[in-house]
Amino acid sequence: MSRAVLPVLTVCAALVALWYLGAVWMNWQLVADAQARAGAAPDLAEMVRLTLAQPRPLLPAPHQVVAELWRSTMTLPVTSRRSLVHHAWVTLSAALAGFGMGVAFGVALAVAIVHIRALERSVMPWIVASQAVPVLALAPIVIVALGALGLEGLLPKAIIAAYLCFFPVAIGMVKGFRAPDAMALDLMRTWSASRGQVFWTLRLPASLPFLFAGLKVAMAAAVVGAIVAELPAGAQAGLGARLLAGSYFGQTLQIWSALAMAALLSATLVGLLGLAERAVARRMGPRA
Amino acid sequence: MAEPVIAARDLSLVFTTRDGPVQALSQVNLDIAPGEFISLIGPSGCGKTTLLRVIADLERATGGRIAVNGRTPEQARLARDYGYVFQAPALFPWRTILGNVMLPLEVMGIPRAERAARAKAQLALVNLAGFERKFPWQLSGGMQQRASIARALAFAPKLLLMDEPFGALDEIVRDHLNEQLLKLWAATGKTVVFVTHSIPEAVFLSTRIVVMSPRPGRITDIIDCDLGPDRPLEIRETPAFLRIAQRVREGLRAGHSYDV
Repeated sequence: MSRAVLPVLTVCAALVALWYLGAVWMNWQLVADAQARAGAAPDLAEMVRLTLAQPRPLLPAPHQVVAELWRSTMTLPVTSRRSLVHHAWVTLSAALAGFGMGVAFGVALAVAIVHIRALERSVMPWIVASQAVPVLALAPIVIVALGALGLEGLLPKAIIAAYLCFFPVAIGMVKGFRAPDAMALDLMRTWSASRGQVFWTLRLPASLPFLFAGLKVAMAAAVVGAIVAELPAGAQAGLGARLLAGSYFGQTLQIWSALAMAALLSATLVGLLGLAERAVARRMGPRA
Repeated sequence: MAEPVIAARDLSLVFTTRDGPVQALSQVNLDIAPGEFISLIGPSGCGKTTLLRVIADLERATGGRIAVNGRTPEQARLARDYGYVFQAPALFPWRTILGNVMLPLEVMGIPRAERAARAKAQLALVNLAGFERKFPWQLSGGMQQRASIARALAFAPKLLLMDEPFGALDEIVRDHLNEQLLKLWAATGKTVVFVTHSIPEAVFLSTRIVVMSPRPGRITDIIDCDLGPDRPLEIRETPAFLRIAQRVREGLRAGHSYDV
């Protein structure tokens, strides 16, 4: 464990250093122009300090993003419209609702495909085609269509998230349900096991590693889906709304802190799934 | 002779493959009486595993007739007439050894309490008492295969079908398991159909040896193996044993099994 820490820290430090260099370089012209207009001629150290302290930098420095994250999560009441916690919760609830719907649909689809041979060839192409449609193009259509039916708020966003979610789960689970080898299936046949028994005692347990692989991809996709779904709805609330509003008003710090929050959210959720996976794996034989 | 457990008449099976039809079994005639230990021996492609799978209703014959306990193989399978041991243990890695042996009982709807008692008794019979809570990967290959035999016996079938069950094990473990299997057979009086490609194994275990030959898969000889019920491993050096082994080897050669 401790042996792994040093290389990881080194890589992190190198990335942060690169980021700082990038911030100085990207913001240099901005600062230089402003200083020239003011008739000032700062030295190099002053110039570097200024490039890392712009209110609307082209590329904010890491500490600025951290400070903005802190300010918008810790110093504001969570009920405030400017609190990032509020917006993160809006996105999280839509993402989780969509995740649940998408996973349920994906698993159900996989069960159907594995048990009804005709479905594989008839449905599979549509599933694949559905993912070829860019979600960015699809989201406004769904939001507007559902809005016309009087559906607003969480559900339309959850549907977009579910649309991205079900695919990795369905593909993974079809493979997972088919993971048992011919010998295991023959064995069940020698006992005259029903299809239900084969499913619950063999196919389902064998598919769990595939399920978790699919769930992790789906979880990250659900957050992306929820954020994208927030863009066309007038950007009222959510991390997507913060991104959009930030880009309207050139609030790069706001954009970056919303991005960081989205990344943090996804990483935490995927991490939780990893813990669940390990707990399940421990129950299913310490090594398996 | 009592009502045969297995009766095959002119049995044949043709697989349709992309390269055309393959005659896996041709004109197979075989009666197996209750309590016999029958070995099917022959080189790869002689149809010995296919014949076993037809008995088990894992393959369907395309010609002739076969009866298992006087019924069709499908009826026999649905009546859970036989236990099947595969080449590999095929234990489910997410179940304990006890859980694996209880699985067929679970499938057959045996009450929970009875399941554990019966599975434990079977594990004791194959000398695996005390390993109930282990997972398959914690056991050696030989122990895993013994667990799979316990699983095949768990629901007390009168017929045991074994497809090269010790083929993947080393010689010493194999000898040991052969001895144990013989004791198990003597103690339970089951009918065993045993597929192997080892001549000493077949002669050591069987009451009759069915010699098979490929292209097309057929029976070329049926050899009585009357060494009596008491067979220590040393019996393999006796003239009687070697004589039977020699006859099996000649039978295999006569079937042109060696001109590969």
